[in-house]
Amino acid sequence: MSKLKIRVDQDKCQGHARCKSLAPELFELDEYGNAHEVGDGSVPAGLEDKAWLAQTNCPEIAIEVTEE
Amino acid sequence: MSDSPSASYLPEHPPVTDWVNDFDHTDPVWTEDPFPIWEELRAASPVVHTERFLGCYMPTTYQAVKEIAYDTEHFSSRRVIVRDVRPEIGARAPPITSDPPEHKPAKQVLLPPFTPDAMKKLEPRVRAICNELIDEFINDGRCDAAACYTKHIPVRAIAHMLGIPEKDGDLFIKWIHQILELGIKDENELMNGIREMTGYFTAHLEQRKQQPGDDLISQLMRAKGPGGQPLSDEHVLGSVRLLLIAGIDTTWSAIGSSLWHLAKTPVDRERLIAEPGLIPTAIEEFLRAYSPVTMAREVMKETTISGCPVKSGNMVLLSFPAANRDPAMFPDADKVVIDRKENRHAAFGLGIHRCVGSNLARMEMTVAIEEWLKRIPDFRLDPAGKVTWSEGTVRGPRQLPLLFGKNA
Repeated sequence: MSKLKIRVDQDKCQGHARCKSLAPELFELDEYGNAHEVGDGSVPAGLEDKAWLAQTNCPEIAIEVTEE
Repeated sequence: MSDSPSASYLPEHPPVTDWVNDFDHTDPVWTEDPFPIWEELRAASPVVHTERFLGCYMPTTYQAVKEIAYDTEHFSSRRVIVRDVRPEIGARAPPITSDPPEHKPAKQVLLPPFTPDAMKKLEPRVRAICNELIDEFINDGRCDAAACYTKHIPVRAIAHMLGIPEKDGDLFIKWIHQILELGIKDENELMNGIREMTGYFTAHLEQRKQQPGDDLISQLMRAKGPGGQPLSDEHVLGSVRLLLIAGIDTTWSAIGSSLWHLAKTPVDRERLIAEPGLIPTAIEEFLRAYSPVTMAREVMKETTISGCPVKSGNMVLLSFPAANRDPAMFPDADKVVIDRKENRHAAFGLGIHRCVGSNLARMEMTVAIEEWLKRIPDFRLDPAGKVTWSEGTVRGPRQLPLLFGKNA
């Protein structure tokens, strides 16, 4: 399986926090509750499904998942 | 459920016979079961119009709702309830009634107290509230869950956050009823509710000027506005008004609809008892299928939505609940699938006006269902009773008679 990378588009994120709830290892929230990818957004092996789950549940379609 | 006659009471609305061209979200047929109506409207057009409410559009698809929610240039939030009348803009409740550029700073002040981490701190108190309520009726083998359980959870949680005696919650419930239900058709009720609420909280502000605390009102009084100035009393009052208006009957409704579903769907109930880890996913599905909140916008400039012309001067009934039932967006949209994997539902809105209390609502719903299922795993609708639903902008059960224990 190829490596995945995630990025939260800060112009789109409205702080629904669905990603943090579904994939807490991959996302963190700032003081306003808006989401950011952890680190450089590289998805550790084994967490690929969670990355896609977060992506498909974001109401603002703010999460990009790319395959490296 | 508006039953108090008064001088300013407007004539009853005529019953709807043509939903597509004359829809009315206060019609008793809509109140009882709106889902087939939304299907009919969606089949007719992505945007429908009624002459009622001095002219009002309703987007019927997820796409059309989304276009409007994202378009703050043509659609204003200064009026967020579709009513029979459009009086001068009075008491504001920033940021829900704010448009850009005022919206962002007003919202940023409110966001930090409502993050998921902040809600984790509140969670033990909410769990205790749920159990205190259940203690009151569990031995009876029956209760009206809307009156005895679902209603009190958000009221007490918000009172706790605001640093106000939880017993004052009954006052909150009265004001909400005046403003959100009776107020749709009765200006006096609306104004009385707002006046009493404002008087009550003005006294709490004065008290905190003498003795500041750690509660949310004190936090707002210490917060700085966009220019680094403290927020005005009017701004703090407006935000507190918003928390009450937006935070109580909404979550009351959401918890109630979830319990209603579980009461009539034993297979889902049994699965959640066997797999409690699935509860948060099920809550998202209840939020989608039974979204409580419909918002409004006012058309400020003519534009086109999903190919339909939209003219200024009209209101818009921004139905997130109808969007969440759109089969173009959700497979099996009319079914409740408690382990639905992909769920971009819009129950808390889309775009800049995303509900500031969404993390609070989710926590309250999850805890309320968890604690109920732990203590009352087996329950059903009371066939001798009647489930009734609130009218208008927020939909949820207002009577929910249940049997359990010795009556299960």
